Amino acid sequence: MNNSSTSNKYFDVAGKRLANFFEMIGGLFTFSIRYVKEVFLPPYEADQVRKHMIDLGMMTLPIVGVTGFILGFVIAMQLQPVLVRFGAEAFLPGSVGITIVRELGPVITALIFAGRVSSGIGAELGSMRVTEQIDAMEVSGVNPFRYLVVTRIFATTFILPILTVYVIFIALIGAYIAVVIVQNMTWEYYVGRVIFAVEFGDAIPGISKTFVFGYIVGLVGAYKGYTASNGTEGVGKASTSAVVVASLLILIFDMVLVKITLWLWPTI
Amino acid sequence: MVEIQDLHKSFNSNLVLDGVSFNVDEAENMVVFGRSGTGKSVLLKCIIRLMEPDAGDISIDGRDVLQLDGKELNLLRKDIGFLFQGAALYDSMSVRENLEFPLKRNFDLPQSEIDERVYKVLDAVSLEEAVDKMPSELSGGMRKRIGLARSIITNPNLMLYDEPTTGLDPITAKEISTLILELQKAYKMTSIIVTHDLLCAKIIADRAIVLEEAKIIHSGNIDELVSSNDPFLRNFFSDEVIENNRS
Repeated sequence: MNNSSTSNKYFDVAGKRLANFFEMIGGLFTFSIRYVKEVFLPPYEADQVRKHMIDLGMMTLPIVGVTGFILGFVIAMQLQPVLVRFGAEAFLPGSVGITIVRELGPVITALIFAGRVSSGIGAELGSMRVTEQIDAMEVSGVNPFRYLVVTRIFATTFILPILTVYVIFIALIGAYIAVVIVQNMTWEYYVGRVIFAVEFGDAIPGISKTFVFGYIVGLVGAYKGYTASNGTEGVGKASTSAVVVASLLILIFDMVLVKITLWLWPTI
Repeated sequence: MVEIQDLHKSFNSNLVLDGVSFNVDEAENMVVFGRSGTGKSVLLKCIIRLMEPDAGDISIDGRDVLQLDGKELNLLRKDIGFLFQGAALYDSMSVRENLEFPLKRNFDLPQSEIDERVYKVLDAVSLEEAVDKMPSELSGGMRKRIGLARSIITNPNLMLYDEPTTGLDPITAKEISTLILELQKAYKMTSIIVTHDLLCAKIIADRAIVLEEAKIIHSGNIDELVSSNDPFLRNFFSDEVIENNRS
């Protein structure tokens, strides 16, 4: 009897969580459709978009820079002994370059960006929601969705690819320093080998998918904040769950986008 | 000016407005009394369509509020001011930017006129010195005053106040109530004030209604309500009755 009631309780909790999950996915989908409808309608909040791009970009620049450097450094150190084992250490710059450009640069940058920006947007809009600032904006005859949400999602969509290019560059510098520590190699030779190995076919899908990741970061943060409730507790939940959901969606979409890319262009 | 007919609103199974009807005349101050959670704020939010009622009619200046599309609703909202319970100042903007926001977004005015209006409303609430402060630097009473200034800067015909004196000490609450009355007279506005502060109501109200269990159970002027023999009203105003008896 006790076992049965305990298992029913677990089923109830699991059922509620599943229902909440599908409710969130539905909410994100609706939010996304509303964004697409409103992004093309005037007034275009160019000043707000520019402000958010600068703020979000500058806010994330140091942390993604450090992460990029460490990423490149560690990948080069890890790959070097493996390539030596196969007598292929000449391929080190190219291997590091391809790994960073195709996959690790975009994904790691997006995950760091999600941790920093998605939670920030969630907390900021959540706080505005529970203190009725969003209602006040609506009462003033201003469309708060366009002013607060559309501008942020637009900014994250276009700032993340720029940050990714920056991270890739820093990561390649980090990798060069790691290479120089263990083997003698000039900067010119290293760059030449990277350029020789990394093709446009590697860079374009890698950078392109960061537009999708940037959109996800903005969308999830804005959705969680805009729909926050229950006072300061709700703001905290909006902020933390924004990071979790955005990170998870980035990894899922990465898997899907890699598969689509390889399906469309198998030779890349 | 404002006509509410048979308004219904519920949240799931919780009925908060059940056939509420009343009128507010031009330049009249109508106070809405009621215990916490009786739907007073919901009533205000339905009037300005921050919430959609389940049924009923709302008319402002002859315009059927519930039938307006997005653009028409925004036009209507330009004629309405709303003072939120916590003032709802935009945290990321200075006092000046808070005041300029509704003007810059809705009216094509030269900067000189915007500046003029900013200082005029700040003068009205006696806070010119706060023009470049951030909301976090203001006290509760100052925030309410700035919120009030932002609400009246567009010269609205109708003002909606959601608990204008909640969270303030009695002296500041009295000052805010007096200020609301002065501004109402100066700007010739119609006002609907949601409160359970009797002193505030006594200063401001021309007429009052009492909401209980989702319905209007009494209406009249404040003195009638306070001196009523109705058991609910006697209980509702009991603190004030005790205070009056002592004095």
